[in-house]
Amino acid sequence: MSDTLGGLLTIALLVALLAAVYVPYGDYMARVYTSTTHLRVERLVYRLSGVSPDAEQGARSYATSVVGFSLVSIVVLMGIQLGQAVLPMDRGLPHVPFWMSFNTAVSFVTNTNWQSYSGESTLGFAAQMAGLAVQNFLSAAVGIAIAVALIRGFVRSRSGSLGNFWVDLTRGTIRILLPISFVAAVLLVAGGVVQSFSDLTMQTLAGHSQVLTGGPVASQEAIKELGNNGGGFFNANSAHPFENPSSYTNFLQVSLILVTPVALTRTLGTMLGNRRQGLAILGVMGVLYTLTLVAATWAEVTGQGAAAQAAGAAMEGKETRFGEWASALFVASTTATSTGAVNASHDSLTPVGGGAALVNMMLGEIVPGGVGAGIYGILMMAILAVFVAGLMVGRTPELLGKKISAQQMTYVALYTLTTPALVLVGAGVAIALDPTSEAMGNSGGHGFSEVLYAFTSAANNNGSAFGGLTVTSDFFQITLGLAMLIGRLVPIVLVLLLAGSLAEQGTVPATAGTLPTHKPLFVGMLVGVIVIMTGLTYFPSLALGPIAEALV
Amino acid sequence: MTHMLTDLSRQSLAGLRLLLVMTVLTGVLYPAAVWAAGQGFGDRADGSPVRVDGQVVGSRLLGQQFEGQEWFMSRPSVNDYDTLASAPSNLGPLSPDLVASIEQRRSEVAAREGVDESEVPADAVTASGSGLDPQVSVAYANLQAPRVARANGLPLGDVEDLIADATTGRGFGFLGEPAVNVLELNVALAAAARGGD
Repeated sequence: MSDTLGGLLTIALLVALLAAVYVPYGDYMARVYTSTTHLRVERLVYRLSGVSPDAEQGARSYATSVVGFSLVSIVVLMGIQLGQAVLPMDRGLPHVPFWMSFNTAVSFVTNTNWQSYSGESTLGFAAQMAGLAVQNFLSAAVGIAIAVALIRGFVRSRSGSLGNFWVDLTRGTIRILLPISFVAAVLLVAGGVVQSFSDLTMQTLAGHSQVLTGGPVASQEAIKELGNNGGGFFNANSAHPFENPSSYTNFLQVSLILVTPVALTRTLGTMLGNRRQGLAILGVMGVLYTLTLVAATWAEVTGQGAAAQAAGAAMEGKETRFGEWASALFVASTTATSTGAVNASHDSLTPVGGGAALVNMMLGEIVPGGVGAGIYGILMMAILAVFVAGLMVGRTPELLGKKISAQQMTYVALYTLTTPALVLVGAGVAIALDPTSEAMGNSGGHGFSEVLYAFTSAANNNGSAFGGLTVTSDFFQITLGLAMLIGRLVPIVLVLLLAGSLAEQGTVPATAGTLPTHKPLFVGMLVGVIVIMTGLTYFPSLALGPIAEALV
Repeated sequence: MTHMLTDLSRQSLAGLRLLLVMTVLTGVLYPAAVWAAGQGFGDRADGSPVRVDGQVVGSRLLGQQFEGQEWFMSRPSVNDYDTLASAPSNLGPLSPDLVASIEQRRSEVAAREGVDESEVPADAVTASGSGLDPQVSVAYANLQAPRVARANGLPLGDVEDLIADATTGRGFGFLGEPAVNVLELNVALAAAARGGD
């Protein structure tokens, strides 16, 4: 079998698998968030936490819960790292430096999972599984909760409430993420991923000393992909053979990355009572994802760039068992969702391959985006699209029966400005400072790309990196930490305020003059709005980095 | 404002309690359950150790450094197969340093194997994503076969059979790439060389 045929069949199997679970999984998630009954274990959780599960929250209360929970989580996770030497299974490692613990805590609580630390040489097993991996679950459940709250804003009429954050958080964790992660983790162990609690030092065949690193890897790996987190147990992430030993585990990981963001479009359609709307949104995501996948695959498989041409193929930074096709598929999937796990070195990707990864993040993590974050992100762009359409024909814009007025557009405008401002100001300031050129792992245009990639990844909560950049200075730990924090919480608060304002409205009936938002015309419009917005915002910075490199 | 702050601290307290409950559930019980279930898969959960005469000499999943004419060589690694420092080179696609190392590795491999530089495959001259790649391409293993056979005093055909035994095909026939496990190959090679004494 040729590489090309194998690569195409892999993509075909992935699409078939996603199509097979789309309806049952999407509808299951809709039931999880609309059901009025609590499981026994959930009642126990609520009782121990002291929350009343049947109290409804308005937008402000819901947002306060999210912010409060995030801040508490950051403090606790910092505490775990700063005190890891007293925890069990610390592997004799010292406490984590202060600003590194801040950066890492923010990183995992915001679902970014940017890694300024090297897992195998910085963290003990308890800090990984009872600290970081816990946030893998909870930050993912927060993302879905926000998406569900926004959908409720569209569904509800003359209502002051968006649901209950604690219930949404608990249900997402217990009914969705935990059971799927368990099954996936067991499959990963069957495929060779480690799940142990000790290291073993031994002599290799040729007489060198080597440590057989243990750890609760499989349990963390499953939720790392399913929750679109991306923080690896080891520094090399999913390129490490103990995280991702074979072509089977690699395929499973790509499937886990994509399955929830894709199926959530079905959840959207089902909760709205308008399934074609869910398919239209999926169509927009599919078009843009396909474009970046094709670009990345073409560039990696044909081996663009001086290094790949010198070697005969773009294998620098890639593992033999994956090759170019499975690496490119992983690159596109991990950056199009806000996962940020890597099975190959992104810094060593061909110029167009690395550029495709950057563009996927710059689109705002919406094709299909992170769990939940992709849905609320693309709905914000859909509001922008109906607004633009409304301007063209001179009608008050509407989306899904809700009037889009100045109040809603204010939230959307602030939302669309937040992340680009963090990326461009952050990268601009960093580039202007002298020490940054020392921190770059590569010179010239590629060094600029490393810095641009870092701020794009942080502010969009992706977490992958052009790893050559040294980001352990206090400057990068603090600025990238703030980019992650602001890039997560400000958009979430804006989405919730918007959702509250939509829920308070009545529902306007569709008339002959209403722009249908479930048809191909709107799919095309939304694709256009996303591409134009991204292009206007980021083209100059892309031109200095990957575009310049691709044209050399 | 005071109302908002009171609300925030009240909600944060509830959040702290929920976080502790969830830590027990997802941070302790869940990994323990995966560990228990993982015991059903032999020693895979423990890192797939490879034993020679009862001694662990490595993991079939982790690459090792080999030097000397008698061994099959692994791919270049930026960390010399140090499992406490897994990493790629992170050199960019146009990096002059990377191009120079690729050219240097190419001439070294060609000289070592006694072949033309054009015959050296890409994985022999590039560092992997983890620095711990346990495998090489079938082409790179075959390129090394004549030298290894000579150094161990084995017929070339026997060594080629060992390569075939250590080769993993594509998953389901189409996932990923075929590749040869270097540690397993070298363990089998050492046994064959001992048997031939």
